[in-house]
Amino acid sequence: MTENIINLDHMSANPLLPEVQEAMIHAIRADYGNPSSQHKLGDKAAEALDKARDSVSRLLNSPSPKDVVFTSGGTESVNLAVKGAAWARSDKGKHIVTSNIEHNAVLRSLRRLKMMDYNVSSVPVDGYGRVNPEDVAKAIKKDTVLVTIMHSNNEIGTIQPIEEIARITQEKSVIFHTDAVDSVGLVPVDVQKLGVDLLSFASNTFYGPTGAGGLFVRRGTKIWPLLDGGVQEHNKRAGAENLIGIIGMATAADIAVRDMSSRIAHTKKLKAKLLEELPRYVDEYIVNGHPEESLPNLVSVSLKYIEGESVVLMLDDENFAVSTRSACAAGALQASHVLLSIGRDFADAQGTLVITFGVDNTEADVTRFLTALKDVVTTLRDISPLYGKKTAHG
Amino acid sequence: MYSKTVMDHFRKPRNVGTIENPDGVGEVGNPLCGDMMTIHLKIEDDRIDDIKFQTFGCGAAIAVSSMLTELAKGKTLDEARKITNKDVANALEGLPKNKLHCSNLGADALQLAIKNYEERKSGVAAAEPVRQEKHEHREGEKCYCPYCDSQLPEGDAVCPSCHLNVIQDHRR
Repeated sequence: MTENIINLDHMSANPLLPEVQEAMIHAIRADYGNPSSQHKLGDKAAEALDKARDSVSRLLNSPSPKDVVFTSGGTESVNLAVKGAAWARSDKGKHIVTSNIEHNAVLRSLRRLKMMDYNVSSVPVDGYGRVNPEDVAKAIKKDTVLVTIMHSNNEIGTIQPIEEIARITQEKSVIFHTDAVDSVGLVPVDVQKLGVDLLSFASNTFYGPTGAGGLFVRRGTKIWPLLDGGVQEHNKRAGAENLIGIIGMATAADIAVRDMSSRIAHTKKLKAKLLEELPRYVDEYIVNGHPEESLPNLVSVSLKYIEGESVVLMLDDENFAVSTRSACAAGALQASHVLLSIGRDFADAQGTLVITFGVDNTEADVTRFLTALKDVVTTLRDISPLYGKKTAHG
Repeated sequence: MYSKTVMDHFRKPRNVGTIENPDGVGEVGNPLCGDMMTIHLKIEDDRIDDIKFQTFGCGAAIAVSSMLTELAKGKTLDEARKITNKDVANALEGLPKNKLHCSNLGADALQLAIKNYEERKSGVAAAEPVRQEKHEHREGEKCYCPYCDSQLPEGDAVCPSCHLNVIQDHRR
């Protein structure tokens, strides 16, 4: 049934690569013991865990595999980084700097910290969603203990000037975390080149299993663990490791290293084709995000006069899976803070589609999608009072 | 997520459009919330002879509008005044809790359109429809947090259960 659906929402519905599936099935059948055990049943598990850590460390170009902490995914990594770093430094200060377009995992972790008397400054972004490093520099105070700015944004794809920001935080001796959950595995992310202290990533971004992710922690960076108990993950994340998930992630990481260039070239081509041909099918839309500094597989389009969830449902009827940032679809009553921050007005923000390509998409998919989109947009604009008003007044 | 009836009304909405020289017009919501609905009425002998809608909104909003017009068409004004948001939601075989907010548009727009018709008849108001901006509840209607489904006390900006902001500040 699902083979007939064209997946244009790889960000949410990331499929597992066949090699990843194989590796995980093998891990299940191998019946690994606990990596922490002192007997032979644990040896193979410990070996497998080490090997997996090497693979992921390679993907990040981490100075040492020991700098990689495995977690249950992007959200946990972000929580661990933000809360862990803030709590470890509460004697130095309680001020944190972030940006206006962070993912909810960062925003709500910060909200939780605000309940514990931390205070947060948030720097704005320009029309493309880019942070100005100078604004970060100005926001840093004597009692600032953490800067957290995402590497790439999941709604508009814009990639931030992380290296420049890291130069500033290093100069001011402030810990710098970047939420790279939507970047690692899709674009080159070199933690040494970037100069960050903490970096979050997630397996399901790069065709690995959901439920596995990690946090790069630069040697010497203190963080309080979220989970207390055993001493796993160098005492940074207690709990018996999800070895099957981690092995899946590691396999996906190896493939990501191997296929990075070809993946980028492939999805970039599809993105370019979509943007080039879109005006032939639909008018009155805005493309969001930076034209160059952005994820190669993500397209964000605000379709005027119509609402996102209704577009997604109609496209679903035509067997296309896409995503929207409309309030109704997100289950919220508020328009996307990211889209509002880059200057979209409320109505346009509500009509925003996010398309994320994957290795399985083809150019024919793009053409079929645009054809279906044209009909959907026409139908919904016919129903919309906003389009009616617009045409009435010319 | 949506019932069969909701999906039917979404895929094949009834009574879409406008009426030339309508007898009453009602408009509710606004794009800020992501929902906006306009109702046009043609009244003949105190009965809703024709009714049309236009909606900017999600699947639930479009389905609600469509069902609302079906319930109202052909009814007397007295009967139409009794149609509530709950009636529409029930006719649709229910809506997810966080979509009940969307359903609030339907009957409200109809009542405003009827009111607009009455005001035009008595020469009171201008022909302009009354636009409802604020998030207001009618008597007995509940609002639910879209994040954790807990019932929200009237007028609260923050959900007492999960502490998240639920009311958008629409002033810019």
